[in-house]
Amino acid sequence: MSDTHAASVPYVRETMLPQVEPPSTATGPVKWVHQSLFSSIPYTILTLVALYVIFVILSGLLPWLLGGVWNTGNIRECREVLDGAQGGCFSVLTERWNQLLFGIAYPQDGYWRPTLAFILLFVAAAPVLFGAVPRQLLIVTVLYPFLAFWLIWGGSLLVPLAALFSFAIGYVVYSSLVKSSFAGGLFAGIVVGVVVWFVAGFITSNLTNVLALEEVASRNMGGFMLNMILGVICVSLSLPLGIVLALGRQSNLPIIRLICVVFIEFIRGVPLITLLFVANVVLAYFLPPGTNFDLILRVIIMITMFASAYIAEVIRGGLAALPRGQYEAADSLGLDYAQAMRLIILPQALKISIPGIVNVAVGLFKDTTLVSIISMFDLVGMIRGPILASTDWNGVYWELWGFAALLFFVVCYGISQYSQWLERQLQTDHH
Amino acid sequence: MNKSVFFGALTVAGLAAGAAAASTLDDVKARGKLNCGVTTGLVGFAAPNANGEWEGFDVAVCRAVAAAIFADPNAVEFIPTTGKTRFTALASGEIDFLARNTTWTFSRDVDLKFDFIGVNYYDGQGFMVPKALGVSSAKDLDGATVCIQTGTTTELNLADFFRANNISYEPVPIETNAEGQQQYLAGACDTYTTDASGLAATRATFETPGDHIILPEIISKEPLGPLVRHGDNDWGDLTRWVLYALIAAEELGVTSANVEEMATNTTNPEVARLLGAEGTLGEMLGLDAAWAKNAIASQGNYGEIFAKNIGEETPIGLARGLNAQWTDGGLMYAPPFR
Repeated sequence: MSDTHAASVPYVRETMLPQVEPPSTATGPVKWVHQSLFSSIPYTILTLVALYVIFVILSGLLPWLLGGVWNTGNIRECREVLDGAQGGCFSVLTERWNQLLFGIAYPQDGYWRPTLAFILLFVAAAPVLFGAVPRQLLIVTVLYPFLAFWLIWGGSLLVPLAALFSFAIGYVVYSSLVKSSFAGGLFAGIVVGVVVWFVAGFITSNLTNVLALEEVASRNMGGFMLNMILGVICVSLSLPLGIVLALGRQSNLPIIRLICVVFIEFIRGVPLITLLFVANVVLAYFLPPGTNFDLILRVIIMITMFASAYIAEVIRGGLAALPRGQYEAADSLGLDYAQAMRLIILPQALKISIPGIVNVAVGLFKDTTLVSIISMFDLVGMIRGPILASTDWNGVYWELWGFAALLFFVVCYGISQYSQWLERQLQTDHH
Repeated sequence: MNKSVFFGALTVAGLAAGAAAASTLDDVKARGKLNCGVTTGLVGFAAPNANGEWEGFDVAVCRAVAAAIFADPNAVEFIPTTGKTRFTALASGEIDFLARNTTWTFSRDVDLKFDFIGVNYYDGQGFMVPKALGVSSAKDLDGATVCIQTGTTTELNLADFFRANNISYEPVPIETNAEGQQQYLAGACDTYTTDASGLAATRATFETPGDHIILPEIISKEPLGPLVRHGDNDWGDLTRWVLYALIAAEELGVTSANVEEMATNTTNPEVARLLGAEGTLGEMLGLDAAWAKNAIASQGNYGEIFAKNIGEETPIGLARGLNAQWTDGGLMYAPPFR
């Protein structure tokens, strides 16, 4: 080939040039800096302004963070140690960490109990959250609510065992009847379960010392533990309730639809704080005097109702987004309502609803701090009330609020990252 | 106004339901614990320490009542309440006794159907301003932004004061004292108003207390006292006389240190009656004879409680002022124990 044009061209390269590194301005950090930070004059100005802002923030924050005092007994000692220098009084965290995490009244030698419950939470949640985890772990998930109740509230192990037992009996009844009728099975299961629980309650109330941990009253729960308890319970209860409400709202049965619409619209039309005041203050008048209807339980019911109304609307959005053909396809396969929903509609609708559900969950978790207004000592209530009102630590704000923000950020960021991972996992469209 | 009518009506409903129940003292004894409402936290008056034990001036009154009933100052369940939840908690029977720096007013006593059993601290509302503001009298505060705790008498006093002086203000509503302090320091309001004791306590925690002044005007009377529900006068008497026992003990020179000794070999007949060596005062209250002795032994007399929690030796550094014994020119005056 090279002979062909040998006469017509003056020079033909016969060997490949060796590969050369790209010029330094077109590669590596220099290129990155040039392209991303200084590509044009406006960008350059923005970059410089941003750098200055970061510098100002860090020059204030770092000395405060690194020059902090960690081991003084009160704010006056701390100020003496600092002696005018910039630095945080982090000793409030080292002295009061237990109150921030567990509240003022949780028995100090029992801190391992909520901690263990917290660790087990991950074991219990793993098979639900991650498909790759062995299915056998689901047994932990089923047992976890009863175990966690026993660990955190204490008392005899028989109480949660009785609840578990009645739950199991109810499930057996349900699964033996569900073949003939879903609603009949569900109803019979619930009734049998409640009856068994009621009967077992009489037996366990006489055996309070069997396998008992020190009992802790609900009002002694506090700190970040209370936020976690409320957050975890309310999210996990409001999800199934929200699905039921969303399906109920789309139901063809007018009474069920009406009930669901009224419930959702009423709850969504009322601020959460109002519901909490109702739980704390107004209910106290209507219950007979001396009734000790657990305050945490009241609050859990209210927050769950609130969150389930929102989740119901999110899921209704997912249901509405499904093409009509999916419903018709399920019908044409001869599936009944429960099967169609369980096998065809809900898996798709829930997938669409994930971002919305996570949004509600994160918001709900943060809303649990509102209980501080009805004088419960959650993390925020703990800081606002007892710690800032103690003679020792009155006046330490940034350290405490920063710590609270850090705890909430870790949890909320974790939830958000999980949901994004889940969305990627469930992606079925091709591109 | 509407709110108080509403709560008042609810209170009546609650009382009607509560009247059928047994006496409060029997309930408390059966429970083995006194349910005592306190604030969610006010420096010197009530706050839990690092071990979660409640401490403070109001807390001491709760503990004294518990000591009088059970001879155990720890037989108390402290139930934190906010300015908004305190009255419903008491009216609904959730608590037996409210010791939460609550101002004794006509409508609370009459309309809300409570009984104030006495006054444990005479206070008055004042203003704190930064020195830099250049204000020397509360009457110069025309147009100022004022941090004010909602749901308290201070809110109403503030409105009265500004209206009476025909000047205007802009309220910055806050929920707790800690929040008020924070807002004030952050410059969200020109002045912070609350009870003068609270202002002094708050100022003591500032990094530079000297940059802030408490204005001379005291615009209200704030007799702070514990209270109980209407309808159970025996319970009201019991708590009232525990408080008086603490006050009388200071006047009679009985302290936590010498109470045991005084109980056995005092020559003063009133001390003997108070401490149960003579007479049947305890029996009349439905308690044992050592009721006042136990209360004083566990908490000290009124003066000791004051000195330990809010007195001049503490960081809060309040002077006795109006709260001195009547013999020292103050208002603390216990009726005779006879």
